[in-house]
Amino acid sequence: MTEKNTPLWEVFIRSRTGMAHRHCGSVHAADEEMALQAARDVYTRRGEGVSIWVVPSSAIVASDPTEKDVMFEPTASKIYRHPTFYEIPEEVGNM
Amino acid sequence: MYTQALNARDASDERSEDAALLAAFQARVDAEEKIEPNDWMPEAYRKTLVRQISQHAHSEIVGMLPEGNWISRAPTLKRKAALLAKVQDEGGHGLYLYSAAETLGVSREELTEQLLSGKAKYSSIFNYPTLTWADIGAIGWLVDGAAIMNQIPLCRCSFGPYSRAMIRVCKEESFHQRQGYELLLEMCRSSEEQKAMVQDALNRWWWPSLMMFGPSDTDSKHSAQSMAWKIKRFTNDELRQKFVDATVPQAHYLGLTLPDPDLKFNEETGHWEYGEIDWEEFSRVVAGNGPCNRERLAARRKAWDEGAWVREAALAHAEKRRNRREAARIAAE
Repeated sequence: MTEKNTPLWEVFIRSRTGMAHRHCGSVHAADEEMALQAARDVYTRRGEGVSIWVVPSSAIVASDPTEKDVMFEPTASKIYRHPTFYEIPEEVGNM
Repeated sequence: MYTQALNARDASDERSEDAALLAAFQARVDAEEKIEPNDWMPEAYRKTLVRQISQHAHSEIVGMLPEGNWISRAPTLKRKAALLAKVQDEGGHGLYLYSAAETLGVSREELTEQLLSGKAKYSSIFNYPTLTWADIGAIGWLVDGAAIMNQIPLCRCSFGPYSRAMIRVCKEESFHQRQGYELLLEMCRSSEEQKAMVQDALNRWWWPSLMMFGPSDTDSKHSAQSMAWKIKRFTNDELRQKFVDATVPQAHYLGLTLPDPDLKFNEETGHWEYGEIDWEEFSRVVAGNGPCNRERLAARRKAWDEGAWVREAALAHAEKRRNRREAARIAAE
């Protein structure tokens, strides 16, 4: 194909005020303005969102799934970071 | 369903991969864990998914054509608005699916090229013509009804992006089927002539709809592997039976007769038994010789070629704006 490829954008949608933007898919578009319009048409045809972010897919840096044990192991052993690690007498009530 | 052409086995898939990796992969699938794009996966799993998801996407895109045919001739503004929204949904479904396929390392341009060159398949159902307005109702009721049967289990597919795309699609599909059935109900209640038109549409769409589920289980070579990988949850015949059981009473409610003299209810099994499907016709349409195969591809090629200037202009515009921003930044420094 002689044509240049149209860039890929990742789409994030805030479904309601107060919620976080959540990844929902991707679109191809020549620039950010068209990416926003395409994302609106493709992913919010029934009021699914109140705000859209589009991010060039090439700008996303991801952790390596094969390294996930090494990456996340340090948190697994630190049980003292959880409230249930500490014993509070029942008489104290909810804490 | 949308992947009726998955039956050819690919010899290169058979090469041996690390047994330990394969076993670990299968264990994840068995534990109902979702497989994500960057996870290790067998080459054959990747290839099967690229083919299945892209064929599914192509089907959505080509599926816009038979219905698009009636947008300008819809009988009322209400029906026109509904049909426009439905066809736009089909385009959207195609895009969700292309985006899921692209996570497996294939580009949109390659996928488009495969469709336009005729290398990739799409569902055989879209190679039948929409001759009357009743066909629009029949497509919503039968074709989208069959698609729902197939897509609901795909929401639990082992590949994360495909399963998530299917969840979105299924949420929208129910409107498609209901608007079709409602349209037919209105026609059947209106006049004998309109009811006859609906019967004629059912006569023409019934068998092609049953063919949408693909070859019978005895002839479906890929089923076992796809089931083991939890891409597929039910066999072609199981899904076809579910569809028949759900649809026959709906046809009776409309006061219609199904074009199958062998159709009968089995009291013991609780299922509707149907006659033999014309597999010759199925093979002919899948091979490219259905009533509208050439017309559909020609329409897609025309749209692609005539849209070339839009794609080029959009990229040129984006580049111009980028250059201007860059120039302004340098000037400001």
